[in-house]
Amino acid sequence: MKLTQGTFSFLPDLTDEQIRAQVEYCLHNGWAVSIEYTDDPHPRNSYWEMFGLPMFDIRDAAGILTELHACRQTFPDYYIKVNAYDSTHRRESLRLSFIVNRPAKEPGFRLERQEGAGRTMHYTTRSYATDHPEGARYST
Amino acid sequence: MSASPQLTANSKPATAPPLANAPASSLDLAAAFRDSHVGDVLDELERELVGLAPVKSRIRDIAALLLIDRLRSNLGLSAGAPSLHMSFTGNPGTGKTTVALRMAQILHRLGYVRKGQLTAVTRDDLVGQYIGHTAPKTREVLKRAMGGVLFIDEAYYLYRPENERDYGQEAIEILLQVMENQREDLVVILAGYKNRMETFFRSNPGMSSRIAHHIEFPDYTSDELLAIAQLMLGRMQYRLSSQAENALQEYIERRKEQPHFANARSIRNALDRARLRQASRLLGRNYRDSADASVTRDDLMTLEEADIRASRVFLSPQDLAPTGDSTRPGEPAAPGRSRS
Repeated sequence: MKLTQGTFSFLPDLTDEQIRAQVEYCLHNGWAVSIEYTDDPHPRNSYWEMFGLPMFDIRDAAGILTELHACRQTFPDYYIKVNAYDSTHRRESLRLSFIVNRPAKEPGFRLERQEGAGRTMHYTTRSYATDHPEGARYST
Repeated sequence: MSASPQLTANSKPATAPPLANAPASSLDLAAAFRDSHVGDVLDELERELVGLAPVKSRIRDIAALLLIDRLRSNLGLSAGAPSLHMSFTGNPGTGKTTVALRMAQILHRLGYVRKGQLTAVTRDDLVGQYIGHTAPKTREVLKRAMGGVLFIDEAYYLYRPENERDYGQEAIEILLQVMENQREDLVVILAGYKNRMETFFRSNPGMSSRIAHHIEFPDYTSDELLAIAQLMLGRMQYRLSSQAENALQEYIERRKEQPHFANARSIRNALDRARLRQASRLLGRNYRDSADASVTRDDLMTLEEADIRASRVFLSPQDLAPTGDSTRPGEPAAPGRSRS
């Protein structure tokens, strides 16, 4: 099951050229681009690991792409996303975030039901991948 | 170099009519030249930099090549981006840093680098202090420089042969790798004094061979130095009286013979000191004679002969010897380089 989080996630995976163009757009707007990775794809997991610090003083997408290649080399079977942070006063939040790398096999999520008091049902999802400990989730 | 006369000839508005009925495989060179604004860049360079003939001719060559490459790629011929890493060598004050600053702008306008920012660094910005510190630091700098020019001033400090565990070598290796693999992403310019750079290149042959353009900055002649002085004064909105100009010419001749002569930088310092003397001359005159307590715009702008002549350079060795201060003939003045 293809993970659909962030911008462009219903499109086919972006090529490097397309990623470069998007990053170029972010830099053009003065947003700080950062790279994050995780192997816990739960939709409510907002705390992905940072790959290096946010890159505040980069002028050209080539610098970000270099970092992205380094991240892919270190974590080939992880989810990697590119975030663009807008530091404008009163905005101070992410403007764009999209996945740029995903594991070869994505097992998806299981729906769990829990019966509560008065026969109420609680639903939750859980990633099949997180049955394994961190670091051993996607390596085949 | 052979391309230069042709380029300057074409920099005037082209008179040739557009080749409307030319076959599709030929392109209008004049139009392409006009559209690229290369002429403006070169004219500006000629106007604002005095002397430096070898530097200018090399920049002209590069500009011509980039233009021709663009035309080639329009016709589907192969046009690999040429390697533009450079090394600037020359004596102190010959304009290495100034030209490097301009180079980023020039290459950007020629369309060789995408963003055209200049990242100026020295050893401290590249080399770390402990194991594992250097690589991230160097990569950080390289990332920042991408899309523009990375200027490494006094590059020979990167390599310290006397300490074999020095981390500078690591920085050099990362630098080499990026210079080779990401040529289209950044241009590296190394600068430094001539003989020390030669030692540096001898011990790092890989670096030397990856640099396509070794440009040497010649010393300025007296006339060029005077022209530079005029240019600097013009920028600061000062001017020399005609006697002062003669005095300055004489000053330059004398100063060149003395130790620690740093070309344009010495001239700039001399002018700064002349401005100091002019200021106290104007102020002193008004203290003595309160009836004449006004200065005109002309007074404020003009450096007089006395402002230049008061320099220590004009003292003869005999004048200096009996005063008993630390300065002896043929020896630099003790406090720093102040040779006023």
